[in-house]
Order: sequence, then C-alpha cells, then structure tokens
Amino acid sequence: MTRKAFDTEIQNIKDEVILLGSMVEHALLGSVEALKKRDIKAAEAIIAEDKAINKKRFDLEDQLVTLIARQQPMAQDLRLLASTLEVVSELERMGDYAKGIANINVRMGDEKLLKPLIDIPRMANKGVDMLHRALTAYATNDAEAAAAIPVEDDEVDALYNQIYRELMVFVIEDAKNIERANWLLWVAHNLERFADRVTNLCERTVYIVKGTFGEIKQSDDEFWKDQNK
Amino acid sequence: MENINYAIETNDLSIHYGSFTAVKGVNMKVERQKITAIIGPSGCGKSTLLRAFNRMNDFVPGCHVTGKLLLDNQNLYGKDVDPVEVRRKIGMVFQKPNPFPKSIYENIAWGARINGFKGKMDELVEQSLRSAALWDEVKDKLQQSAYALSGGQQQRLCIARTIAIQPEIILMDEPASALDPISTLRIEELMQELKKNYTIIIVTHNMQQAARASDYTAMMMIDDQRAGGVIEFDDTKTIFTRPGDKRTEDYVTGRFG
Repeated sequence: MTRKAFDTEIQNIKDEVILLGSMVEHALLGSVEALKKRDIKAAEAIIAEDKAINKKRFDLEDQLVTLIARQQPMAQDLRLLASTLEVVSELERMGDYAKGIANINVRMGDEKLLKPLIDIPRMANKGVDMLHRALTAYATNDAEAAAAIPVEDDEVDALYNQIYRELMVFVIEDAKNIERANWLLWVAHNLERFADRVTNLCERTVYIVKGTFGEIKQSDDEFWKDQNK
Repeated sequence: MENINYAIETNDLSIHYGSFTAVKGVNMKVERQKITAIIGPSGCGKSTLLRAFNRMNDFVPGCHVTGKLLLDNQNLYGKDVDPVEVRRKIGMVFQKPNPFPKSIYENIAWGARINGFKGKMDELVEQSLRSAALWDEVKDKLQQSAYALSGGQQQRLCIARTIAIQPEIILMDEPASALDPISTLRIEELMQELKKNYTIIIVTHNMQQAARASDYTAMMMIDDQRAGGVIEFDDTKTIFTRPGDKRTEDYVTGRFG
C-alpha cells in the first residue's frame, strides 16, 4: 500500500456519506411520525434540519472535487469518487422528500387526517430499510447486495397504488374530501419517489465495484403497465 | 476487428541479454495512426521493448531477440533485413532532447541528405518544422545553433528531425519527462497532430500522460523470473477506468509495491 493518506481520505468520505444517509433516514421517519401525530412543531424541526442535510451535501461535493483534483484517481478510485458525487446528490434530494412531507403537515394546519395512517408509515419504513441496506452495500463494496435491493421497490409501488385507490374512494364518496385526500396522495408520492432513488444508489455501487453501467430493475413504467392490466 | 489496420505486430517477441530474459512473449498489434502507450513500473522492460521495435538493442552486446516483429508482414528481425533501413521506417525520440551540435536547419537537413533526399531541402526543413509545431518559433533563426533553443523546443526539433526522414512509426521514450508542464502539454498536443500521419508508440512513467494522450495502453510487469511482459493491452479508456487485471488496477491507482 503506497497511498495511505489517500485511502484515509476515501474512508473519511465514505463515513461522511453514511452519516448524511442516516440524517436522511432520520428526517424521513420523523416527517411521517410528525404527520401521524399531527405534530407541527416536529414538522418544522424537520424542515429546519434539511438545511444541515443540504450543507453536508455541498461540503462532501467540495471534498470530492478537491480529492479528484489533488489525487487524480484512476480505475476503482475514480469510479468511487465520481459515483459518490451522484450518491450525495441523490441523498440530498431524498432529504427533500422528507422536507416535502413536513411541509404538507404544516400546511394542513388544524385539519384532521382524512384517515389514520397505516400504509404510509409502511412505505416510509420500507424505503428507509432499503436505503439503509443500499448504503451498507455502498460502504462495503457489496455489488451483489446492492443489485438485490431494487426489486423490493415493487412493494413500495404496490403500497402507493393501494393508497391511491383508497383515497380515490374517499374523493368519490364526498368531493369535500378532495383537499385532504390530495395531501396524503402527495405524501405517498414523495415516499414512492424516495424508494425509486434507492435504486439509483444501488446502480452506483454496482458501477463502483464492477465498472458496468445499467439499470438493475425494470423501470416504474413497466410496473404500472403490469398493474393496469 | 478484421478491418483494423495494424502498423506493427509482435509475435511471441522476447528479448534476452545473454542467458537472462528481459522481456518475454509479447504479442501486440499496434494500430496504425493511433497512439499506443506502454506503462509499467521501473525495470519492467518498457524501454527494452520499445528499443526492440527499431532494433536499437542491436547495439547492446549479448542482446538477442526471439519471436517475430512484423512490419507490413515482414519480420524486421529476418536475416536479410538491414537494421538501418528499419530505423529509417521507425524513428525514435529520446528522453533527453539530443539535437546535433549544428544549426537548426542542419539538424533537419543532415539526416535527410544522408538518406539520399533529392527534393527541395528548404521545403523539407520548413514542412518538418511546421509538422513539429516549431516553425513559427524558429523561422527567423534557422542558422542558429540548436543548442540555443529551450528544452521543449529542442525536443520538438528532434521530433522534426525524425519526421524529415518520413518514417511510418515514431517511437518515443519518455519524450516529456525532462520538460516542464507546459512544454509537456505541447508535446502531447503535437502527438495528436502527428497521429494523423504517423503511428506513435510512447513509453511513459507518467500515467496521467498515458491517460491524456494515448488511444491504447499496454501495461507491463515483471514475472517471478524477473522477465517483463505485457500483462494487459486495451484501449486507454478501459485501462484507466476499469482495468481487467488486478495488477493493472493496483498500478494505475498507485497501490503497487
């Protein structure tokens, strides 16, 4: 080993990425929990925390660009650093979904939830579980584990589909439900997109380890085509 | 792959010094009008292999070559082949600029004259200096000593001198390692121009240079008998973004040794 200092910096960046990921996980679970309890203070705290997520993303980008300039990485080092630029931007966007859910909570004001939240927390838990394992695969260079995760996105999509139908029933029953149904639909949509982005992270890990690009899983378009049959 | 035009091919080429094998079993096809870089750690036989391409090793006592080196289907190590003729077709530029102690003009004209050039010498000199991207800097001082030029200019003069003989292939042995970064980039730009007409094979210690300037890269490494060999040969993009051999990966990421 002749690049001890470089290896230390790479490890440091990976550790920071995991930290950023855990901030995002915390924000997403927190935003749904706050919604469930209609806790507006907690929602406002999530919105404030998003600034820390954004800052960490930019700090990491700065570190990555500096490391690329100074160390001129090649091969797997290059794939790792270039991919990590993408990973941190994905994580930041995933944080925005948590913020989006918190914003809906704030905007709902005194309104009651249209229905008790059951499938929405399930979507959040599933998405966070996928994210957690995707980041573990990233940190440990485990391409096989990364490639196995995206198929689970179908479960999240199925829950979304179920929530959508359920909410439509409320709307059909009484047009006055439209706004409250719409809020929850947006929450579910944020969660659906959150899980989609886990797939992008997994694709990065496969590229880092194997050097091959490609979509691991059929796109959601295919999923919806199957659902509508 | 069948349509690729190869300038030179080696067929199980090995280079020996007495009983010691310095380079073993090289099979390489060098594409015409491309830049092929040879990289690898010190002592892996890069320069030895490069020198075998134009029979420069003939000057080394005890050195002999086995296998074949094919230029236009002719084995350059065949019995009837004149090594001087080989070096006319395959020129070499060295690590340190080595102009003759003569004027800039004579540095170009001399070799051409010896090789029986019968055309207009002034035109050849201008054309060669233009091709080496040196004309504008020296056109008003052609009769001055070549030693008055900067290192980077001297190296481009040596390239012009090589071009004047109109070779098919130009070998470059660390052509920029004695130059500053700007002169180095000039040489690399020049290589991009030259490959429109010539095939270039370059040995370099500078991996970034190989990554920037070459189309193909050959990775060399010694085996446990200390014989050098080509362990991976692929397009440059592959070698530097996803090499197939672990040893190449370790070398290009700086984790070798």
